Amino acid sequence: MAVPVAFFVVFFAYPVAAIVRRGLHTDGAWHLGRIADVLGDSGIRHVLWFTTWQALASTALTLLIALPGAYVFARFDFPGRQVLRAVVTVPFVLPTVVAGTAFLALLGRGGLLDELWGVRLDTTVWAILLAHVFFNYAVVVRTVGGLWAQLDPRQEEAARTLGATPLTAWRTVTLPALAPAVAAAALMVFLFTFTSFGVVQILGGPAYSTLEVEIYRQTSELFDLSTAAVLTLVQFVCVGAILAVHAWTVRRRETALKLVDAAGTARRPRGAGQWTLLGAVLVSVAVLLVLPLTVLVQRSLTAPDFGYYRALTNADGGTFLVAPLHAVGASLSYAAAATAIAVVVGALAAAALARRDAGRIVRGFDALLMLPLGVSAVTVGFGFLIALDEPPLDLRQSWILVPLAQALVGVPFVVRTMLPVLRAVDVRLRQAAAVLGASPWRVWREVDLPLVRRALLVSAGFAFAVSLGEFGATVFIARPDNPTLPVAVARLLSRPGDLNYGQAMALSTILMVVCAVALLVLEKLRGAEKTGEL
Amino acid sequence: MTLLTLQAASVRLGGRTVLDAVDLAVAEHETVCVLGPSGSGKSTLLRTVAGLQPLDGGRVLLDGRDQAGVPVHRREVGLMFQDHQLFPQRDVAANVAFGLRMRGTAKAERDVRVKELLELVGLPGAGARSVAALSGGEQQRVALARALAPRPRLLMLDEPLGQLDRSLRERLVVELRELFARLGTTVLAVTHDQGEAFALADRVVVMRQGRIAQTGTPLQVWQRPADAFVARFLGFENVVEARVDGQRAHTPWGTVPVPEDSPQGPCSLLVRPAGVRLVPAGEGLRCTVAARTFKGTHVTVHLQPDDAPRLEAACVLRAAPETGDEVGVEFDPSEVVVLG
Repeated sequence: MAVPVAFFVVFFAYPVAAIVRRGLHTDGAWHLGRIADVLGDSGIRHVLWFTTWQALASTALTLLIALPGAYVFARFDFPGRQVLRAVVTVPFVLPTVVAGTAFLALLGRGGLLDELWGVRLDTTVWAILLAHVFFNYAVVVRTVGGLWAQLDPRQEEAARTLGATPLTAWRTVTLPALAPAVAAAALMVFLFTFTSFGVVQILGGPAYSTLEVEIYRQTSELFDLSTAAVLTLVQFVCVGAILAVHAWTVRRRETALKLVDAAGTARRPRGAGQWTLLGAVLVSVAVLLVLPLTVLVQRSLTAPDFGYYRALTNADGGTFLVAPLHAVGASLSYAAAATAIAVVVGALAAAALARRDAGRIVRGFDALLMLPLGVSAVTVGFGFLIALDEPPLDLRQSWILVPLAQALVGVPFVVRTMLPVLRAVDVRLRQAAAVLGASPWRVWREVDLPLVRRALLVSAGFAFAVSLGEFGATVFIARPDNPTLPVAVARLLSRPGDLNYGQAMALSTILMVVCAVALLVLEKLRGAEKTGEL
Repeated sequence: MTLLTLQAASVRLGGRTVLDAVDLAVAEHETVCVLGPSGSGKSTLLRTVAGLQPLDGGRVLLDGRDQAGVPVHRREVGLMFQDHQLFPQRDVAANVAFGLRMRGTAKAERDVRVKELLELVGLPGAGARSVAALSGGEQQRVALARALAPRPRLLMLDEPLGQLDRSLRERLVVELRELFARLGTTVLAVTHDQGEAFALADRVVVMRQGRIAQTGTPLQVWQRPADAFVARFLGFENVVEARVDGQRAHTPWGTVPVPEDSPQGPCSLLVRPAGVRLVPAGEGLRCTVAARTFKGTHVTVHLQPDDAPRLEAACVLRAAPETGDEVGVEFDPSEVVVLG
């Protein structure tokens, strides 16, 4: 417990406190009246309202489209299932800037739909909502589907023999078991869309602005740190309230589940209904997830002889001190370090939170750990920049700064993925081990770890993916001679000209491939693990 | 030599007293069975000895040493859980070897011990099997082997046979008794099944609402239940309030003869079914046969007197009256017990 708390205090609470102080504390005095001033502004109120309803709409739309997907990936066995599972996760790890550009290429001026039918959606809110679905599809499929695959199908069969229709059986048996996972997934989607930055920045235009975009605008365009700080506080409070409610509802519902090996629960689809469902899910994946990426790849190849790719290997462009391709290695090593930190901190926190005798304070920490997700990445990055560059803690010259920021964003994923599984471990299994002479640490290693190894791998994959794609915080602290992939893409995009745009497309295609490969390796690892157990 | 001692052990859970100043001693090589209905605190008793449940009062001593502050994994007691709690991700051998590994036993020695134990519990060569593929009886045997492997000072069994079917249960009770006698294991078991307790135990402890209601050999408890609760819990139905006056007791069934030297005054009275003798209608207490249940060796006849509690009588099949028959009842003083 001490390690996660210390990590949280030093690398989150301290930087945030620093930025709040920078904003509200001027000329040696506090100016709390600023809060009322800012909230009184009708423009700000409009931003708040839009942030909330687009997040709700995005969450609803994502659940609607992705829950059938979660079911299909958990319960149906079909050729290419493993690959497709990795494919749907790719969008999630893409930098928001790249995804925004991909949707712009699909729906915007001169985009694919514009060319074919003269349809443009980039001025409507639909572009934002669809891009949010694109991003968060994997959150639902992984969080809900991961648990779904481990639920014993015989529970539903038992309900069926007691006279329940398939739908009733699902509603009364499976849904309650899934509810915590659905709630967790919905919460994540809501938080991501509530704090959405890159997507809204690119697709929203001047008409649509979220709190996050507004904070960024106030910070970097208007240099109004005080207003930015107030907005950060508002976001803090909103997110904190949502997380508190969430922690409360989940705690009431989490029960010991009967988990089985996921390998044995998938079946070939049977009957027209199941084949139709599978088809519908595949089509939605193709249109919403694959198509934008395909357009992205297509754009990166429009120069002859892979011209955009070859341009990446030299540093002559002037945008960087090193060849843009160098960012691949930097991104991978940063992400690996961030994953290690996130998994250690997150697993320790989850283990502490899973204890049934965990007190109120410990459980409150559950909600606190989620805060880095809800508070804008921009805030985290900016906070790092102004808090960790001077004594007592000067990490400005240390390479660890970037992985730390990325780990901060990755920890909540680890906790969220591990916690439901850890809580579902029968407490008497631990007692059995203790009676046989296992110390508490050994109990964790011998009983919990083998049972949660799968969840641990999934959460590590998540943390790795998040770290690879992290943009908002990294952009503040990555050194110019050592940019990560998303930072490099954004810098290229910010320059005018076809070559820079094409290079950005090429580099983000490389990022996409790196992520896909990383996830495929993870899937293989899990596959080998399963056969190893048998 | 006393191995386990409980002194005024008390546990309160959520405002309810689950163990109320329990005193208990278990001698080395002794098998003690705690018998009681669900909620009587018998499982909590085991958990306090294992260290899984902290005491609110009193002491637990093993080999004369107070166990306060000794964590679960250092107590060196074995506990077999009601539903076995085998580790699902390990095979049979790894489950049995678990306790040995925790104590740092060398691999070669572990393998020998696992093989030995699997033979002991009648599952030779099952080491590589997955625990998920085991039947209920096999799981029980593996759980037993796992608990015995580290040679615990005290083996505790929580409803050891609770989930098994009847014939298997009866066979396993005999096996367990022989096994414990051969190994000289000290055993503390809890069960709600009196048949199981009587078959397994050297000494039976009957519990009621966190207190010990009676302690004794199975024969003592069976012959002289301490009170009406114990008598009813053992399955006796013919228990009424009565008043003893000399060698007779006044009961709702009329006057019942009691053994010599019975305590005088108000009491509870037990008439064992064998002591209810059927006589022709018109003699003794007049009853109607309400029901009869076939018990294999005899028939239990449920008799309804005109205005008194029902009586159970045991009689041979040939002599058993039909349902609805009118009969008379007399009582045999040797089968009548005056309870405390």
